[in-house]
Amino acid sequence: MEHITTPKVEQVKLLDRLTSKKPAVGTLYLTATHLIYVESSPELRRETWILHHHISAIEKLPLTSTGCPLLIHCKNFRVTHFVICRERDCHDVYSSLLKLSQPVLFEELYAFSYNPKQNEMDRGMGWKMLDIREEFQRMGVPNEYWEQTDVNEGYETCNTYSTFLCVPKGTSKPIIVGSSKFRSRGRFPVLSYFFKENSLNAMANRAAGKGYENEDHYSNIRFQFIGIENIHVMRNSLQKLLEVCELKAPSMSEFLTGLENSGWLRHIKTVMDAGAFLAKAVAEENASVLVHCSDGWDRTVQVCSLAALLLDSYYRSIKGFMVLVEKEWISMGHKFSQRCGHLEGDPKEVSPVFTQFIECTWHLMEQFPCAFEFNERYLLEIHDHVFSCQFGNFIGNCQKERQELKLQEKTYSLWPFLLEKQYLYQNPLYKSNAVNIVLKPNTAPFNFKFWCGMYNRFDKGMQPRQSVLDCLHVSMKQKIELEETVTGLNQKLTQQDQSQSGATFILPMKISIEDDSSQSQVLGVPQDYMEEQQILLANGTEELIETISDGNQERDNVTDSSFSHQSTLNNIDCLGLVKLNVQVDEGSHQISQDTIEK
Amino acid sequence: MEFVELIKTPRVDGAILHRPFQPRVEGTLCLTGHHLILSSRQDNNEELWLLHSNIDAIEKRLVRLELRVIMINLFSLQALSTLDSTTLMYPFFYRPMFEVLEDGWHSFLPEHEFTLLSAMTDEWRLSYINKDFTVCTSYPPIVIVPKSIDDETLKKVATFRQGGRFPVLSYYHKKNGMVMMHSAQPLTGTNGRRCKEDEKLINATLRAGKRGYIIDTRSANAAQQAKTKGGGFEQEAHYPQWRRIHKSIERYHILQESLIKLVEASNDQSHNMDRWLSKLEASSWLTHVKEILTTSCLAAQCIDREGASVLVHGSEGIDSTLQVTSLAHIILDPESRTINGFEALVEREWLQAGHPFQQRCAQSAYSNSKQKNEAPTFLLFLDCCWQMQRQFPCSFEFNEQFLVVLFEHAYASQFGTFLGNNENERRKLKLQQKTVSLWSWINRPKELEKYLNPLYEANSLVIWPSVAPQSLQLWEGVFLRWNRSSKYLDEAWDEIIHIIEYNKDLQAKVNALRRQLAELQTEDGELERP
Repeated sequence: MEHITTPKVEQVKLLDRLTSKKPAVGTLYLTATHLIYVESSPELRRETWILHHHISAIEKLPLTSTGCPLLIHCKNFRVTHFVICRERDCHDVYSSLLKLSQPVLFEELYAFSYNPKQNEMDRGMGWKMLDIREEFQRMGVPNEYWEQTDVNEGYETCNTYSTFLCVPKGTSKPIIVGSSKFRSRGRFPVLSYFFKENSLNAMANRAAGKGYENEDHYSNIRFQFIGIENIHVMRNSLQKLLEVCELKAPSMSEFLTGLENSGWLRHIKTVMDAGAFLAKAVAEENASVLVHCSDGWDRTVQVCSLAALLLDSYYRSIKGFMVLVEKEWISMGHKFSQRCGHLEGDPKEVSPVFTQFIECTWHLMEQFPCAFEFNERYLLEIHDHVFSCQFGNFIGNCQKERQELKLQEKTYSLWPFLLEKQYLYQNPLYKSNAVNIVLKPNTAPFNFKFWCGMYNRFDKGMQPRQSVLDCLHVSMKQKIELEETVTGLNQKLTQQDQSQSGATFILPMKISIEDDSSQSQVLGVPQDYMEEQQILLANGTEELIETISDGNQERDNVTDSSFSHQSTLNNIDCLGLVKLNVQVDEGSHQISQDTIEK
Repeated sequence: MEFVELIKTPRVDGAILHRPFQPRVEGTLCLTGHHLILSSRQDNNEELWLLHSNIDAIEKRLVRLELRVIMINLFSLQALSTLDSTTLMYPFFYRPMFEVLEDGWHSFLPEHEFTLLSAMTDEWRLSYINKDFTVCTSYPPIVIVPKSIDDETLKKVATFRQGGRFPVLSYYHKKNGMVMMHSAQPLTGTNGRRCKEDEKLINATLRAGKRGYIIDTRSANAAQQAKTKGGGFEQEAHYPQWRRIHKSIERYHILQESLIKLVEASNDQSHNMDRWLSKLEASSWLTHVKEILTTSCLAAQCIDREGASVLVHGSEGIDSTLQVTSLAHIILDPESRTINGFEALVEREWLQAGHPFQQRCAQSAYSNSKQKNEAPTFLLFLDCCWQMQRQFPCSFEFNEQFLVVLFEHAYASQFGTFLGNNENERRKLKLQQKTVSLWSWINRPKELEKYLNPLYEANSLVIWPSVAPQSLQLWEGVFLRWNRSSKYLDEAWDEIIHIIEYNKDLQAKVNALRRQLAELQTEDGELERP
């Protein structure tokens, strides 16, 4: 808490980036972990929670007549624009946040203080939930071609690999050690994925190397150069993309030109092309593939995990995706802490490598809507937690480091918490019978759309106002209830039959079908219809509360039922809206759980 | 002219059809008066029936047949696909193979629409002033005008508006009694001509002390320039109760070129992301979508939020004007988001209102013979509807397929609905007697169910779409339909239908069981009674 000099500032304005409507006024609080903004509007106290670890940049803009503007950019692409009356307060908040958002030591990260009130045993069970050894067994390893090696016991051969590694059967330790000396950072080729559907031992491999193998020395091997750009290019590309997303009322042309110039979708397509190429080689050409870049913990990981997602339907399940992230990313030494900028450090090490993987997964979900057990929310949740440092999974840069930090004893694992809430992440269209199908994505450029749900996620006005996913979730819930009702009624009928033939007493019948739905009907927000501002219209809008920044907060709030409406509109419009909601309520099962607090 | 004269070789054997994402088909190619037919003559009997009017362009290299045959057939095809006499077109030869349950030609009568309006307000009346199409050639015989304005006044106003298109009622907003009208530009010319009757007419729609908005779909500059050609805009001095807003929406060849560029971009096989985005941007198609939606939102906003009446016009009042008024309908009026309501909207705001379908939809994007009057005005309207459908997936009774079908039939159809450029022409062509209406076909329950949106929940809300570039997307269902397989998307759609239908069945089961139980219990009760 030593960084917080002013824990509470009143009369802070929150500007809406997109519309020119009247800003909200409220109080800003700084806690050890969060920045919390509470609107002081008498009708409701809308809250915005921002986790310090989510803050990627803070800008103090020049003083204006209304106060001192503070712009906060987050790693989950939230952008918040505050205006603080007194410059001194603004400066205090600014310098506190600067410190709070860039911890120096691992031990300062949220995960080390986060306490979900779980006992030690559950904590341990949580960490043991996913087991790499089990995953290799699932793939059918060890087998006649591959076996486990203990060569990296004590991280002696390669300090960025985990200790559980698989190599071709019969490879002697000296050969492995020799290979490791030949490869950058000692990252010798190890098994990434074994495709057991083929009779041949096709598999995808990984390794690292500066330069590439001399073709003369590697007979019966085909080389393919894919050309995924390095982490610096990717970082700059994302930066440009975000600048485009933050443009105030851009024209279509400005947006599309900006999107093109950022190169972001070009990079996404390259990664996808590489993943598809790899999967095709393994599945169709029965080839074994060795994948590497320079160090083998960024591009290689992206491509291998994407190929695995295409090849094996298991990874398209909720649990399987966790396993994939655990196996390909965490245990193989993707440097999460550096790439995500968890601690104060070299900004040049930060790069959206994992974000790109998440986005590629999303594109696959768009192309194959029935092939994934999970939905978009799941991806966003995982993406949030990669940066939140609320759980220990993504802290550190390799397994060795994680062990030294004693993360398993001091922090909690994210996966059991996600599993507990998996009903939120279900894709109702998932067809689990579509197993063993290798996905062959179409990678023509027009398949890659801008992901508004990620990069403009907090600009609710830009998102579709009604969600197909929510509707289907309601239907799934109804289905379960109806099925239960049918069973219950059938039982009663049987009993009734029996009672009629025997004793005569009447069973009370009180079965009602819950017709509620959590689907929220949101009246849209007019965007920039009035460019000339010739007439000022009362901007009657309802908006969803934005409290998605903190996993802790989120676990209670992620469901739609906790979204509450704000009304910054004049009374007449407000009445109109309330009335509209009532009308919606009356219409069969559209009961909106949104609360309008008076 | 006989079709036989045009068809030199009616039949060619050994033709091969190459299709994307599907196996090729070998068979016999036949040419008839209106169709090109390829039959595989196999057990599975795959056949392709292609309406000549669907053919935009023919390239020799694409038709992989023996060269000699091509040359002859090509000539025939070209002649057949560009028939210039309307009465030779397919709808005049088409005989329905289905039972017409309700004649679509009588489904949407203005009198009926007016009955609905009369239930809400008595400030409007039907005028038959145009029954012989003498006052305005592009208006229908019956129009709705303010009650206080007599036909003599209307005649005078008609001389002051281009093409005689005087302001008529387009939409009445039940919630607050505000209205939207459409017209053509006033003929003020360079000397600033005025027309008292015109002022009287539109002022008659204002409540005491209230202002109205005139939305001009041209830029202020373009409106100014129109004066030199005899057109113009409403001068503030003569229309003090009206505020004019200019919103530039493109029209004619600019839109047609945009469509051609977009289609060209969609067919680009280069696999180059930058090139795709740059071509998408250069086509400006999404810019047009955004402009049209923005202006429509503005019109709707004036009515719903400002509580003001609105008059929309551009120059002729038959293109961008109708895009704006019909989209404002969809934003404001829940009824227009039902299938029947949408059909009524197309009938009233497009067909009756005189959008020249035959000129605008003569050929689509591949046509190499560019005609001056072609423009994808209606397609852009449908695209905007699709954007709204995407943003409000539970607010439309119809699905995307419904919009696609309307797009297809507007360009090439066996039905007479979209033939002709206005009611006047349609009457002369005797379409009602000689052709079948598209609505007769679509509105049969069996056909209609294909277009239902399972997620639809009727709501009375005004739906405000987002017009941010991030929120608008390329309409893949139209522009990429031949370039990518829709197998997985169709599968997802079927699954959605299945989920909803399954619940309906369950609900029915619950109801039946409840009845059964209740019956048993009454029986029981009766047994118990002595």
